[in-house]
Parts: sequence; structure tokens; C-alpha cells
Amino acid sequence: MNTMVKHTFRTERCKGCGLCVSACSKHLLAISKETINKSGHYVAYMTNQEACTGCCNCALMCPDCVIRIEKE
Amino acid sequence: MIVFDKPRSLADVSTSYCPGCTHGIIHRLVAEAIDELGIEGNTIGIAPVGCSVMAYNFFTCDMIEAAHGRAPAVATGVKRARPDKIVFSYQGDGDLASIGTAEIVHAAARNENITVIFVNNAIYGMTGGQMAPTSLPGQITQTSPYGRDPKHCGYPVKVCEMLSQLEGPEYLQRVTVNSPKHVNQAKKAILKAFRNQIEGKGFSLVEVISACPTNWGLRPDEALRWIDDNMIPYYPLGVYKDRSEKKEEQA
Repeated sequence: MNTMVKHTFRTERCKGCGLCVSACSKHLLAISKETINKSGHYVAYMTNQEACTGCCNCALMCPDCVIRIEKE
Repeated sequence: MIVFDKPRSLADVSTSYCPGCTHGIIHRLVAEAIDELGIEGNTIGIAPVGCSVMAYNFFTCDMIEAAHGRAPAVATGVKRARPDKIVFSYQGDGDLASIGTAEIVHAAARNENITVIFVNNAIYGMTGGQMAPTSLPGQITQTSPYGRDPKHCGYPVKVCEMLSQLEGPEYLQRVTVNSPKHVNQAKKAILKAFRNQIEGKGFSLVEVISACPTNWGLRPDEALRWIDDNMIPYYPLGVYKDRSEKKEEQA
């Protein structure tokens, strides 16, 4: 069983650039088509937390430090 | 266990950069280096003029705003007055390679014990995408709508290559941040540049090839690919000077 990986998105900082989406080798992240933050950006979210390997590539490529990653 | 979070030295504010601008990644790498070396509270940063003009709001260390291009001169003054402090300047290509060329060349020639983070995105971002000294031949910008013509505008300035001809500088490296692998390499280079200063080795400059999706007219992910396809062939990555490594080889 994979170790549990938990992503927390500070959505108020997200600018919806999608660099995390293109960095994820397992294509687990997406930009929401519904949720807009206060700045008017569609925000990134995790589509399948269980499948995440915790490689942190999404957080490495995020220009706005939106993603916090925890492992158990 | 938290494996990735915002570094302490980065202020908890929304940056003024466009979506997909890699300035944010470079800010984080500088803040991570400050955190890891434990020099938070002992560091003075010099902000430039350009997109990163508001950098003084984004780092939690003390910051000074310099006149356009003069960040290395201000850093020289701060470092000479307070040699116990760690001083870095954070500059764009319009700042360092254009109006501030004299300052950077002479700071390097004097081997001032400072760290310079040079962000090269081949365009003037803040003013709306005009041609910079680093714009590539044929690159379309606001002021070169038919592409940069080297016959008319000359060839782009390669800062690392230019400074590597000097006897002075300690460490010059060009990196990029367009993929997780390159981000890790950039982190190592920035850490080394700060460590050199702590060890009193001298002038260290890290040139970071950066993306400007807004003014390049590309999507953020396309802009990262544009770096690979167009920027890297003209600005090859690598270490251009590392005097301490040379000394180790001789010994």
C-alpha cells in the first residue's frame, strides 16, 4: 500500500496557471472549471489523491507556493 | 510529516507576477536557500527595477530598493559597510544586462563578496514586452514586431560568458526553472552562490532563464517549452566559472 500523501491547496494564492497540472507525470491535477478564488482565477485541485506518489513535482513548479504536501 | 511547504523567508502574500511567471519559483528557491543556510535575519536583499520591483514585499529579510540597474552598487556599499551581513541582489535582464551593465561588470571585476540572482526572460516584462538586450535574434516583441534584426539591433548579451572573461568573479552559473529537474539544479546553484558568500569566496552570480508567458504571448506550459526550444540553444546552461573547483583540481 502506498504511503498516504495529502495535498493542501492555498487556493486564495492560486493564479490558475496550470504549471502544476503539466508537471504531474500521473496527470492527477486539474484546473477547476467552477471554483474561482477572490482574485478571479480558476484554481488547481487534486483529482485523485490516492493515486499520488508524493513526488512533489507539482509543488516544485508552482510559482505561488500554493501546494503543501504531507506524507504519513 | 510535511514534505513541502512555503519557506519561512518568503512572505505570506500574493505576488504581483502574472500567472505562470517563473519569478515565483525563483523567489521560492532564494527563500529556501536562506532558510536552509539559517541566515534569515542576517540577510539584506537588494530589489531591482522591473517586474520584481516589489521583491521587497515578498521576502521576510531586510530589503533595499535600488535605482534602475544599480543593485550591485548598492549591494557593494551594504556589504562593505556591514561585512557580517549576507547581501544578495535580485535583478532582471532589463535591469542587469541593460541599464546596469556597468555596475555588474565592475562588481564582478572587483570580486565583491555578494550574491547576484539574475533572472533572464529575454524581454522587458514590466513595461509591456519591449525588446531587451537579451531578446533572441528573430524574437517578436512590442518594439521588434518583425523579429529582432541583429543587423539593426545587434546581438543579445550573454552575461555569464561576458563576465567569465574577467579575472574577478568566483562563481558564474546559468540555470533554468522550466522543469522539476531544472528547478532542483537551480536550487543547488543558488545555495552554492549563498554559501560562497558565507565562506568569503567572492562574487557569485546565478543566471536563471525564466519564462514570461504574458509578453511572449504563450500559455504558461508552452512558455516552458519555448525555453527549451529557443532560449537554451542560445543561452547554454552550465557553470561558466568556479574558481574554488579549479583550485581543488590543481591541488
